[in-house]
Order: sequence, then structure tokens, then C-alpha cells
Amino acid sequence: MYSKDGQDYFIVDAHIALWDARPENQRNIHGKQFIDCFYDYHRNLSPESEVWPYEEYLYQGGERLMHDLFEVGHVDHAIFQPAALGEFYVNGFGQTEEASALAKAHPDKLTYNHCWDPRFGEQGLKQLREDAKRFDLKGCKLYTAEWHGDSRGWKLDDPWSYRYLEAAQELGIKNIHIHKGPTIRPLDRDAFDVADVDKVATDFTELNFVVEHCGLPRLEDFCWIATQEPNVHAGLAVAIPFIHTRPKYFAQIIGELLYWIGEDRIQFSSDYALWTPRWLVERFVDFQIPEELAEYAPLTTAQKQKILGLNAAAMYDIPVPPHLQLPREEPQAVAVA
Amino acid sequence: MTVTDDRRAVTARTDEAWAALDAVVDPELDEPITDLKFVRSLDVVGADVVVHLRLPTSFCAPNFAYLMASDAKDVLVALPWTRRVTVELDDHHDSDLINRGLAADAGYRGTFGHEAEEDLSALRLTFQRKAHTAAMERVLTRLVRAGSSVADLGRVTIGDLPDDDATRALLRRRAAIGLRNADALPVFVNHTGSSHATVDLPLQLRLARSTRISIEGNAHFCRGLLATRYDLEEHVS
Repeated sequence: MYSKDGQDYFIVDAHIALWDARPENQRNIHGKQFIDCFYDYHRNLSPESEVWPYEEYLYQGGERLMHDLFEVGHVDHAIFQPAALGEFYVNGFGQTEEASALAKAHPDKLTYNHCWDPRFGEQGLKQLREDAKRFDLKGCKLYTAEWHGDSRGWKLDDPWSYRYLEAAQELGIKNIHIHKGPTIRPLDRDAFDVADVDKVATDFTELNFVVEHCGLPRLEDFCWIATQEPNVHAGLAVAIPFIHTRPKYFAQIIGELLYWIGEDRIQFSSDYALWTPRWLVERFVDFQIPEELAEYAPLTTAQKQKILGLNAAAMYDIPVPPHLQLPREEPQAVAVA
Repeated sequence: MTVTDDRRAVTARTDEAWAALDAVVDPELDEPITDLKFVRSLDVVGADVVVHLRLPTSFCAPNFAYLMASDAKDVLVALPWTRRVTVELDDHHDSDLINRGLAADAGYRGTFGHEAEEDLSALRLTFQRKAHTAAMERVLTRLVRAGSSVADLGRVTIGDLPDDDATRALLRRRAAIGLRNADALPVFVNHTGSSHATVDLPLQLRLARSTRISIEGNAHFCRGLLATRYDLEEHVS
């Protein structure tokens, strides 16, 4: 929980990772390129005081994660969203065993989401059923730019992807987090296109689709889709650190999101360990739309409370202490006698 | 020729080569690769030119990377004096593939094999249309900030716009997608040049704004990441 100026905020960090990118786990040059890319994001967008040394950034470990999130990070609950990256890392990038064990040891604080890749066909479907049981999955993270053999990406509306989403719906894996990376095939088209989210959101109305990075670099396409599809949500991972380096630009992103999809479908996430949550939470609570951007309404405390935790808590049935809840607007009865 | 003349010739050719590269645009960001500092080095030896390009991350989308690199090669080959033109993309996950393709003039399909279907013209057009939308929004939002009502924006014509950078930017983007630039033509149009119904103007302006903000945001990311990656000074616009 975070408190400021007499207001309390229940914090859910909806996108965290426990990764291992140390050289001994790198399968090839791409393993190094990938973590170096993350590290540049980290260095470029973090305040100087929050920048980690490269060596520490390669692997953070469970103990540090618990400290950064729950001891100093104001976070009440966090959700693992692992990327497998089996083509880049010997034992994968997201550490399944370590992260899921941590979540098992701290069920009040951590939720473990797993990942799937529809290119594993029947065998992967079988695995998904086992994983759902083993981890008691409520959600999954899908990274569409994952490499697999000679394929360098997939689309949510591929036929095999539909099979997996059908299985997820049946297994009660309701929350599908999507990271639109640069999907390569076919190269003829925009690698960041989010049109496939539109299709699956229409066809799987029982599922929630949380588009990470709020669709960036295609914010405009994402906003339009989210306006049409009530089960499409925005994750703020990667967008929110702009609050430090380019606050005016962040104001425009959050202003657009609030305009197009509203305050109930936006989720805070630090993308730990890309960034640490403490400063992001503190800055967001202090944040206000600059007056010069008159086209956007000022942010309210209630909007911040929803975005920082209440929205994701509702999606994941995470219990929120009564004093941190917002009074829910009950439908008004008409013509009460 | 004396040594000094030689040097002068090299300097002139180097300037010409840089100027040619000014015409190569990152389609996603709608900015020249020279402004973006994507040109890492440019060397002229006699009539040969060697250019190294760099991008903000190893994982920048390879189709855009290829477009910029092959456009760079095309504009240099088109200079009357160039003999051998080498363009290489550094530090990208597909550097080897793209550089082999460029060296062999293998074309898009020859470079990417099974990952390519036809060509990149549709991709290029998609982003030229987005660039037009963003340039149009800049001009229109400026009018709104100066007191125009959104409902009146449908009547604004090209002749009404001031002669300045924002207008010139819009006219270039209109031309790029095949729209004419006569004074009497409306500004607030879709990519085919058609106007919107007055009732749709507020929504269309919001849509255009989200496109502009998306493009600008990507430019922020890319400039910042490039500066961090290559230890350059970062200028926050």
C-alpha cells in the first residue's frame, strides 16, 4: 500500500518477471542482444538513482525481487508474466521453477502466470492442460515475437492459436496478456499490427485481453480496437516510465487511454526488473496533466487508485482491504417507491 | 589534380552523399535517417561510398531496417559519380542476412526468402498514410487551439493555411500518398482525399491525434534508446 496526502492506494504490479540472462544461460548472441536491449530501456528511462549495474541486471533472484517489490516498492500484489525465449536462453528467460515456487510460498503477494506458444501443436496443448493444473493458472502471457525453429513470430488468430485460446477458456485461464513484439512473418506487413487482438477479442468474449505497452508502438490502432471490444485492456508496462523522462508525452498517452478506453481498463505495471515499482508508483500518484494540454481532463485520485491496483485486483479476484476499495457505483433503481 | 583538389572533391562528394541520405526516411517515425542519427559513418574513397547504419535496438523490426538500408543504397547509387556503393547495417539481429542481401542486390524477396511474400510497398503505404494523418492533425489542432471550432474544420482548405513548416510538411505528405495540393482542396480528409461528414469530425480528429501521438512517442523511444546504446548526447524535444 502507498499513502500520500491522506489518500491510500492499493498497488497491483500486473507485469513482473524473474529472469536469468547471465552469460552461462545465453544460448547465442541473441540472448545477449535481448538483455542488452532491455538494459538500454532501463538505463534510458530510469532516474539516475534507480539505474542498476549491468551485472545485477542480468539476474535479480527471488530475494531481491521480494525486497524491491514488497519491502520498498509499495506493491501489495504482483503478477508474473514470463517470456520463455527458448531460442535465446538455455534454461529460458523467465525462470519458471523459481518464480512459481516463490508465488507458491507467497500466495497473498504473488500470482504466477505462465506462457504458451501455439507452434508446439498438440504436445503444447497437453502441456498447457498440465500447467493449468500445476500452477492453478488464472492468466497467461503471450509473446508473439518469440522465435521457434525457422519461424520468427505468430499471430493470435492463427488456427493453432485458436485451439489454445479455446483450451484456456475451458480451463478458466481468463486473463490473456499480450506482448506485441516485432512479429516477423510475413515481413510484408507491419510487425506490430494489433488487428489479431481484435479478432480474438470478438471470438473469445469470456477472456480478458490485456495488451501490454498499451499497444505501443501502435497506440492508435490499439485504442480503436479497445473502444470496440469491452474485453480489451491496456497494460502500462513500458509506457509509464516516460513519466520521468518525458512527462508531457506520458500525459498524452494516459490522456488518450482515458479518452478511448476509460479508467476501468488500464493496469499499472513496472515490468520489473525492466524498472522498479517504487519510483513509478510515487511519480504516478504525484502526476498531473500539464495545463497546456487543455484537450485532456485532469487525473482524479479515484482514477489513479483504479489504475494503480483496483482494476487488476478486480480482474484477478485479489482481495482488497475494505478501506482501500472505492465505493462501487451500483445501478440506480428507477422510480423507487 | 593536386592533393588539395582531391580533398575538395572528396569533401564535396561526401556532402552530396549526406544530402542524398537526407531523403531516406524511417517510415515508422516519418523522419530522415540523418536527423535520427541512424547513419553511423559515411566514407568516400574516389567514387566508392561506404555507409554504416545503426538502429536503436538489435530487435528493431527487420522489414523497416531493410527498407531504410535499401533506400539508402538506392539514393547513393543514383548519384551520377558513384561506382561501388556499400551499405551495411550494424549490430542488428538480422545484420548478416540484410548485409548479404544488400551486397548482392538480392532485393527484398531474395534477402528474406520464405519470410517475404511479395514486397514492402503496402507496408510503406500504410506508414505514409499515418504520416499524412499526423501532419494533418498538427495543422488542425493548431487551428483549434487558436479558437476554431472542430465542427468548422471541414471547411478549411489548403489555401487557408499559413505558409510555414507545418503546412509544408503536410503538403509533402499529401503528395507522397497521391493527393493533389490545390488551394481549394479541403485539408481534413482521409487517405483518398475525401472529406468527412461534419458529425464525424470530432471522432476523426481524435483518431488522427492518437496516430500523431503514437508516431511521436515512437520517435521519443527510438531517439532515447539510440542515444543510450551508442552513448550519444540526447536532445529532448
